Amino acid sequence: MSILINCDTKVITQGITGATGLFHAQGARDYGTRMAGGVTPGKGGTTIDGFPVFDTVKEAVHKTGATASVIYVPPPFAADAIMEAVDAGIELVCCITEGIPVLDMVKVKQYMADKGTRLVGPNCPGVITPGQCKIGIMPGYIHKPGKVGVVSRSGTLTYEAVWQLTGYGLGQSTCVGIGGDPVNGTSHLDCLEMFEADPETEAVIMIGEIGGNSEEEAAYFVRDCMTKPVAAYIAGRTAPPGKRMGHAGAIISGGKGTAAGKVAVLEDCGISVAASPAEMAQALLKIYKPN
Amino acid sequence: MNIHEYQAKGILREFGVPVPDGHVCYNGASAREWAKRLGDGPWVVKAQIHAGGRGKGGGVKIATSPEEVRTTSRDMLGMTLRTHQTGPDGKVVTRVLVEKGCKIARELYVSLLVDRTTSRVTVIASTEGGMDIEEVAAASPGKIFREAVDPLVGLTAFQCRKLAFSLGLTGKLTGKAVSLFQGLYTTFIACDCSLLEINPLVVTTESELLALDAKFGFDDNAVFRHPMIADLRDYDEEDPNEVEASQHDLSYISLSGNIGCLVNGAGLAMATMDIIKHYGGDPANFLDVGGGATIERVTEAFKIILSDRNVKGILVNIFGGIMKCDVIANGVIEAARQVSLKVPLVVRLEGTNVEKGKQLLADSGLNIVAADGMADAAQKIVRAVAAC
Repeated sequence: MSILINCDTKVITQGITGATGLFHAQGARDYGTRMAGGVTPGKGGTTIDGFPVFDTVKEAVHKTGATASVIYVPPPFAADAIMEAVDAGIELVCCITEGIPVLDMVKVKQYMADKGTRLVGPNCPGVITPGQCKIGIMPGYIHKPGKVGVVSRSGTLTYEAVWQLTGYGLGQSTCVGIGGDPVNGTSHLDCLEMFEADPETEAVIMIGEIGGNSEEEAAYFVRDCMTKPVAAYIAGRTAPPGKRMGHAGAIISGGKGTAAGKVAVLEDCGISVAASPAEMAQALLKIYKPN
Repeated sequence: MNIHEYQAKGILREFGVPVPDGHVCYNGASAREWAKRLGDGPWVVKAQIHAGGRGKGGGVKIATSPEEVRTTSRDMLGMTLRTHQTGPDGKVVTRVLVEKGCKIARELYVSLLVDRTTSRVTVIASTEGGMDIEEVAAASPGKIFREAVDPLVGLTAFQCRKLAFSLGLTGKLTGKAVSLFQGLYTTFIACDCSLLEINPLVVTTESELLALDAKFGFDDNAVFRHPMIADLRDYDEEDPNEVEASQHDLSYISLSGNIGCLVNGAGLAMATMDIIKHYGGDPANFLDVGGGATIERVTEAFKIILSDRNVKGILVNIFGGIMKCDVIANGVIEAARQVSLKVPLVVRLEGTNVEKGKQLLADSGLNIVAADGMADAAQKIVRAVAAC
């Protein structure tokens, strides 16, 4: 078991004929993911490096039976691509695209409200269940199948955590990059709920950053409902207020969303918070004894 | 992206939001002429810089004759204005807004922003105009009113009326408030704002509503579809290094420390600053080179970091991921040669071909210290900088 994806998940790539889309579709296929083809409007009926290309997501779903999609469409068109996937009944959409206007995402969220699709991202590395299925841009080889769930707003910081875990011989059940944008599809809380329900996940590392209150919301769930140990790290302790630190969502405004405030709430809720980003796996091992 | 108050009011005027009559001026003589054209006084002369708190710093003054508008403007132009938002260096005033004064009966507050929790545009209003809204929220949350907007329906009249009644705007003012709030919402959507704040929104003694000040924040991700707004950007108001970095697709924020950082990924870049601080150092910047750390981008990044004269050492922290470490190592070596690097450089590489990458750094003949892991890297650069 795992969350969101496993060895049976069939994936299509939206924007497969672009350089980025094709590169990562090939990488995912090499990892063993069941990459069923892709969508580029106007190029339907062709193939690219063995991947069948379709004009619409609906057609791709109909012909391949895919239940997941990954989006590498450029930012001006990415919101539309998400809605097309939702309309086609895709169960899981991972939107890798960075730089989507936030008001586009506001509309997308409303569009998705009464539909069954889960969106991960945008502006994220994707989702991986090590040894089974990789959807996104993360380097597969740093991962190891196992029992620790990882959820993070940041790409490279997720790799850092995974690398530390793998270094201690701790494998991962599923790693989810939820993305650094202020309006996104899946929250820290959503992932913790799924990890709590997943029998294969024994412990969780949650990586957050300044801005918003997604980490606090997740922390209250840990305190009230979670039986599994959770460790965390919050990036941005040294970030100055009012400046956007790369991610559109990483901004401290009006004294809210500071790292110190988040760390205090997390610790109050019984989460083991790493004092430095080099100690994420150690922070977990303080409260989790693997069998 | 931010703009000046006079530009903000220009946009509001286009969308039918009532603002005082006024004009931007670059010298005293034109300020006097504009004062005459605007009609009877008094007038208000407002320094145009991208920072709040101007009034306390002497950047907002009242004048009672066109001649006084001229002398006030002349004195303000060229002065360095220091407020709690400009930092200790302050900002030089190069333009002023000359505005017709108004008689204020009440000062209110209204703003629009994207609420991350609800994923909706939210209108926030308060009876406490002219105050810092965060202070009001902390001290008297009961004086703040909110309406979340359904993106498919827009801001409805009944929501506007609810806000208006909460603010005590009755009689003819209710209708005026509805039209003003809807004008603000239309502006917010049409311009892809991230923030639109009117503080204060005033009720005049003639029972008119006026946006006396206006602050816009634009979504950087959406500026591409608003070339007119992109043209309003005032590069003089921004850190020159940050402007330079943005032209090379590097995300750079200047800080006050002395250890330059070059990292891939925003989260890892923030974490790198944190770990430097954790080991007693002080980061000079946030810099995310992005996913594709090519030789060109790494070189540009080095140049930008080194143009900050406080920098006494550089820490490169790259989690290669899909990029190969030998490629990155070559980029760092090439960049270090091109900029003839003189300060200590600690490089932490992780990912594919890491051994090859480390060997390249060791064989380069350059004074590069290789590190294993983030903690080792941070400790090494902090020590190296302390030693010089």
